[in-house]
Amino acid sequence: MFRHCREPDVKPVVGTTPASMFDKVWNRHVVAERATGPALLYIDQNLIHEGSFHAFAELRRRGLSVRHPAQILGTPDHYVPTHARTADAAGSPEIGRMIRQFDSNMAWGGVPNFPLRDVRQGIVHVIGPEQGITLPGMVLVCSDSHTSTHGALGAIAFGIGQSENAHVLATQTLWQKRPATMRITVNGRRTDGVAAKDVILAIIRQIGAGGASGHAIEYAGPVIAAMSIEERLTVCNMSIEAGARCGMGAPDETTFKYIEGRPYAPRGQAWQAALRYWRTLASDPGAAFDREVVVDGDAIRPMVTWGTSPDQAVPIDGRVPDPSAMTDPHVRSTAQAALSYMGLTPGTRLAEVPIDYIFIGSCTNSRIEDLREAARVLQGRRAVVPGMVVPGSGLVKREAEAEGLDRIFIDAGLKWLDSGCSMCAAMNGDVVKPYQRCASTSNRNFVGRQGPQARTHLLSPAMAAAAAVTGHLTDVRDLVGANTP
Amino acid sequence: MTTAFICETGVAAPLEGRNIDTDQIIPARFLKADKQQGYGQYLFHDLRFDQAHNEHPGFVLNQADFRQARVLVTDANFGCGSSREGAVYALHDYGVRAVIAPSFGDIFYNNCLKNGLIPVQLEEPVVDRLRSRLHAGPDRLVTVDLERLEIRGPGNETHAFRIDPFWRECLMKGIDEIGLTMGYLKDIEAFEHTYRAEMPWLQR
Repeated sequence: MFRHCREPDVKPVVGTTPASMFDKVWNRHVVAERATGPALLYIDQNLIHEGSFHAFAELRRRGLSVRHPAQILGTPDHYVPTHARTADAAGSPEIGRMIRQFDSNMAWGGVPNFPLRDVRQGIVHVIGPEQGITLPGMVLVCSDSHTSTHGALGAIAFGIGQSENAHVLATQTLWQKRPATMRITVNGRRTDGVAAKDVILAIIRQIGAGGASGHAIEYAGPVIAAMSIEERLTVCNMSIEAGARCGMGAPDETTFKYIEGRPYAPRGQAWQAALRYWRTLASDPGAAFDREVVVDGDAIRPMVTWGTSPDQAVPIDGRVPDPSAMTDPHVRSTAQAALSYMGLTPGTRLAEVPIDYIFIGSCTNSRIEDLREAARVLQGRRAVVPGMVVPGSGLVKREAEAEGLDRIFIDAGLKWLDSGCSMCAAMNGDVVKPYQRCASTSNRNFVGRQGPQARTHLLSPAMAAAAAVTGHLTDVRDLVGANTP
Repeated sequence: MTTAFICETGVAAPLEGRNIDTDQIIPARFLKADKQQGYGQYLFHDLRFDQAHNEHPGFVLNQADFRQARVLVTDANFGCGSSREGAVYALHDYGVRAVIAPSFGDIFYNNCLKNGLIPVQLEEPVVDRLRSRLHAGPDRLVTVDLERLEIRGPGNETHAFRIDPFWRECLMKGIDEIGLTMGYLKDIEAFEHTYRAEMPWLQR
């Protein structure tokens, strides 16, 4: 019986008030609103990984099932081994159990999934866009904070906890408070040798690790518009490191070209209908934002973090800052603690900081373009420190091997491994040893993130490759000349 | 279903430092355990213990005055980073019923609401002063009153705080959110009917 007492959900056309992209997508997903407080928001797509065992336990406890399995996709990524493709090869029997438990939860819930042996397996935030599962105009969630990644395609995508995950699995909805909006406009033009990673590190440095708390970011301006989708994915990925609820980029021709033909992307008439809708999603001229931030894109240089929060970053030609020169006592004490943990002395040139290990991977920087950038620096060179390259998915790995990138990494002396979160989350047994210093293309330099007492410097794939070659943090532009990469 | 929270009084511990992330609250290697096994033992694990599992005497929760903390008073952007709900499980299982800070990580804040842990947001100078008073002692009791929407701290200081009325009601009644949403099932079905007709490309 389809004739509900409810009026059809046709909203009046508000032709006069310009709307932001965020508002357009949000408004289209409101199932119910109360007089005050959060709205019941419809969730198009939920991506799940091993950590979802809490949510499945909750469903079982309540005698509930997965409401719409076709709108869920699972893949193991956080705990998977990177040197083999079986649960038996996991870092420990307990870690292996996480992968088997995931498989049995997928079977129990009837959830489509790419298991470890499937070539499509990979980091959730890599495979969503790669498969054409993530589409413009969607609301997408995943019980992982880096879900903000998917916003690069013009979706509202945010991380949730396991209680919320259970709620989505059971109802395909979530109670959510509408965040405020923030537009970050990156003006000018990126100079040679400046990567998307440098752009987002510069943004986070400017606004702070909590600078976008409670806000949905829209990245705009010529620097963002000129980026490839993979570069925008890197930028949106780290929105959470500024505290944002989500980060988005307007869908444009670059977006549509990226999506067309991917396995889950619409085809034929459905594609044409989708395109018509997607072209309406960009923020209207004159749309209002609760906050506006402007970033000088011309001034961005290759960046590297010196501390234990992603906003503690400086250009590679800078120096380790001196906490005693900081006026805010909170900032000073936080910086002092960070330098003590990192074993760094104020005033040291970043380019003189020695490195013990290199990690190229993570949902921030493990896509094919990232691997190409790193390979361009490593071609014909040798790494003087050990390191690993972990592609973001089995398909990225296959593509890299077809291009011969694996040979470049192996010939340079680095490990070429299978896909997973690996040393970014350090849950699968891939860890940085205590007091070792890792140049990492991941997203978090938190205390203990890559292993107890491990010291992390965040940077771009090309910068990580440059550090591998020299054994210390290095301006990649000095190594390969200003015209490349 | 979480337990209802109306008003609770307990020892409050001051925890210094901005941007205390969920990796600090519970390191990733402890996230494999079932919730029933008890996450409190892992709370702030690498801040509380050295590698030989001896307590760091300097850490606030290892000090006699604060070992029984029921409230945590901390700094800006508490709970930033990873979405791991284990951070909230660990706080709650340790006995912490409320966290007072100038700001919180958004996902952590939401996770608190689902587990009966009260996130209390107050102005930074107020929170700074509260931490100073707790360090100084001897009065270290803080009351978190969700009914009156205020906290009462040492020196008879009272501060009003805000929390969305929807979440407040859920917390005060221990409302089961999934159960609540099941009451909207007809709305969800009606939404899906229209939505799928308008967005046929989303059919999978």
